[in-house]
Amino acid sequence: MKIIEEGQGELVGWYDPDEHRRWVAKNKSRELKDKRIDPKKAVGKYIKDGDFIASGGFGHIRVSMALIYEIVRQGIKELTMAGKTAVHDSDILIGAGCVNRVEVAYTFGHELRGLSPASRRAVESGECEVVAEISNAAYQWRFLAGAMGVPFIPSRVLLGTDTFKHSSAKKVEDPYSKRPVCIVPSCNPDVAMIHVHRCDKYGNAQIDGIAVEDIQLARAARRLIITTEEIIDDEIIREKPWRTAIPFYHVDAVVEVPYGSHPCEMPYLYFFDEEHIAEWLRSSKTPEGTEKYFEKYIFGVKDHDEYIELVGGSDNIQKLHEIENYERPMSAPWLRGD
Amino acid sequence: MEYAEEYTATELLACVASHLLENGKTFFVGTGLPMIACMLAQRTHAPDSLIIFEAGGIGPKIPALPISVGDSRTFHKAVSASTMHDVMSAAQSGYIDYGFLGAAQLDPYGNINTTVIGEHRRPKARLPGSGGANDIGSLCWNTIVLMRQDKRRFVEKLDFLTTPGYLNGPGEREKAGLPENTGPYRVITQLGVYGFHEESKRLTLLERYPGVTLQDIKEHSGFEIVIPEHHNVSAPPTIDEQRILHEIDPEGMVLKK
Repeated sequence: MKIIEEGQGELVGWYDPDEHRRWVAKNKSRELKDKRIDPKKAVGKYIKDGDFIASGGFGHIRVSMALIYEIVRQGIKELTMAGKTAVHDSDILIGAGCVNRVEVAYTFGHELRGLSPASRRAVESGECEVVAEISNAAYQWRFLAGAMGVPFIPSRVLLGTDTFKHSSAKKVEDPYSKRPVCIVPSCNPDVAMIHVHRCDKYGNAQIDGIAVEDIQLARAARRLIITTEEIIDDEIIREKPWRTAIPFYHVDAVVEVPYGSHPCEMPYLYFFDEEHIAEWLRSSKTPEGTEKYFEKYIFGVKDHDEYIELVGGSDNIQKLHEIENYERPMSAPWLRGD
Repeated sequence: MEYAEEYTATELLACVASHLLENGKTFFVGTGLPMIACMLAQRTHAPDSLIIFEAGGIGPKIPALPISVGDSRTFHKAVSASTMHDVMSAAQSGYIDYGFLGAAQLDPYGNINTTVIGEHRRPKARLPGSGGANDIGSLCWNTIVLMRQDKRRFVEKLDFLTTPGYLNGPGEREKAGLPENTGPYRVITQLGVYGFHEESKRLTLLERYPGVTLQDIKEHSGFEIVIPEHHNVSAPPTIDEQRILHEIDPEGMVLKK
C-alpha cells in the first residue's frame, strides 16, 4: 500500500495485533466469575500512573463519575486520556492534574454551557499536552479496529486538513479504487471505564438508549471497569440475551454505584445536575476555586454515597429523575444568564 | 403570508436556515440553532425529513430541546437509539443530505477552524477541536455553517484547518480523497446567506437581511466576498414561523441567547 502522507501526531494505544492477541490470551480471564469490587479497589488495582485511559458515554451522558472522582482521590498521575468527546470527566481529571496528555476529538468544552476553565488553563499553560488531534468518527473507528484485532481501518474523514496533519492517521492509496483513503490506527487503551444501567456480577451489561461508541471501546480496552446503577441476577440477562451490550469476558471489574454518573445524565433515570455542573464551572475559573471544589466534593467525602448526600441526597436525585422524565421543567444557571 | 413586524436576529437566522432544508431529506444536526431550524422545517414545509444525531439518536420525537447531541432528548421515542459507528457509517455511505456546523473561523473556501487560536503547540486560546465537525464536513452531501460574521472570524487564512470546506479551491476535495460532490453549501451569519461560486468555490453573497447594506457585509469580513450584481434580500420570519419557534423553545434556551 502506497503511503501518500503521514499525520505527525503521537500514536497512542496502538499495539501490533499479534502482541495484543498474546496479551489477551495471557491476561483476560474467560472464567464466569464474580467480579464485584468497590470503586477504591477497582481503581487501585487497574489504573496506574502513566496509563492511557478512556471513559465511556458521551460528553455529560452516562459517565463513570464515581471512578473519575476516585482517580483524583488516589492521586493517580501522568495519565493519557482519550478525548473522545470527553467533557466533564476530562475537565475534572485535567483540573486535578491526573491527566497531562490528551488525544483530542472534543475536549475543553461543555457544549452549550461554554468552555472549560480548568482544562483550558492547563493546556494553554503547557501543563497538559495535546499529543494528537482526531475527529469523533475517526476515534470510534480506532476503537473498532482495536476491537476487531486489525491494525487499522480505512475511512474518508480527516483528509486534506490540519486535523489530519496533527493525527496519527495515514493517507494511503486504496488498492481497490486507487484513490486516496485515510487509515486510522487501531487503539487498545490500557483501561476503559463504562457506566451502565445494569449488569450481573460477571459483567454482562445492558445499556438503555444510545450506546455511542461503548460497544467498540469495551471490546478494544485491555482492562475494562464497569460501573453500574444496579447489579441484577444473571437469569434476567439470559432472558433477553440480545440486550447484552457488553459480554462478561471483556469485563475485569464490576462496581455497583447507584447515581454513579452524577452530575452527568443517566438516560431514563436522572438528568444533568445543571446546578452542580455550574458550580464546577464557576469554581474552576481560578486554581484556588478548583482546589476548594476538590476539597469539598472529592477529598471531603469517603465515597460516592457520601458525595450523593452532599449534593442533595435523595431529594435532589428525585428532582433530577422528574426532569429526566418530563415531569418537571429543566432549569439551568447558564439558561438564566447567571 | 403575513410577516412579523418585529423579530430578533436569531429568529431570522433560524427561519432562513430552515428554508434551506428540503422535505424528504436527512439532517445531521447539532444542538442550539441548527436543532431549532430543523424542527421548524419539520413542522412547516419538511414534515417527512429525518433528524439524526452523531451520538446515535435517529428520528426522535423531540419533546424538549436537547442540551447535548447525546442526551436522552435526542432519542426520545426515536426509531433507533444506535451507535456513533452506525450513524457515521450512514454518513460515509451517502445517506446524510445536510449537516450543520458552527465555526470560530472560516476562510474564503468554507474551511473551518474549531481547534486553536494561535499556534497549536502553545495556543492563545484552545477550543474543543473537531468533535464530529470534520466527519460531518467530510461526509454529508451538503454542509451548512451557522456562525457570527466579523473580521476576526471571516479570515483569509485559518489558524488551524479543522474541517474541510473546498480546501484550496475547485477539485481539491476530490484530490484529497474526500467523497465526490460534497462540501459546504451555505454559510448563514447575522448579516446574510452565502453560497460558493461555481467556478472559484469562493464565498459568494446570495441574500442579505432586511436593513443590512453591502457596506456592512464587506466591513464584517477579513477577506473579499464575491458579491454578484443580483442578490436577494431575505424575507423576514412569518408570524406562523415565529409562533412555532417559540413553541419549540419556550424557555428561550437558544432564542434568547
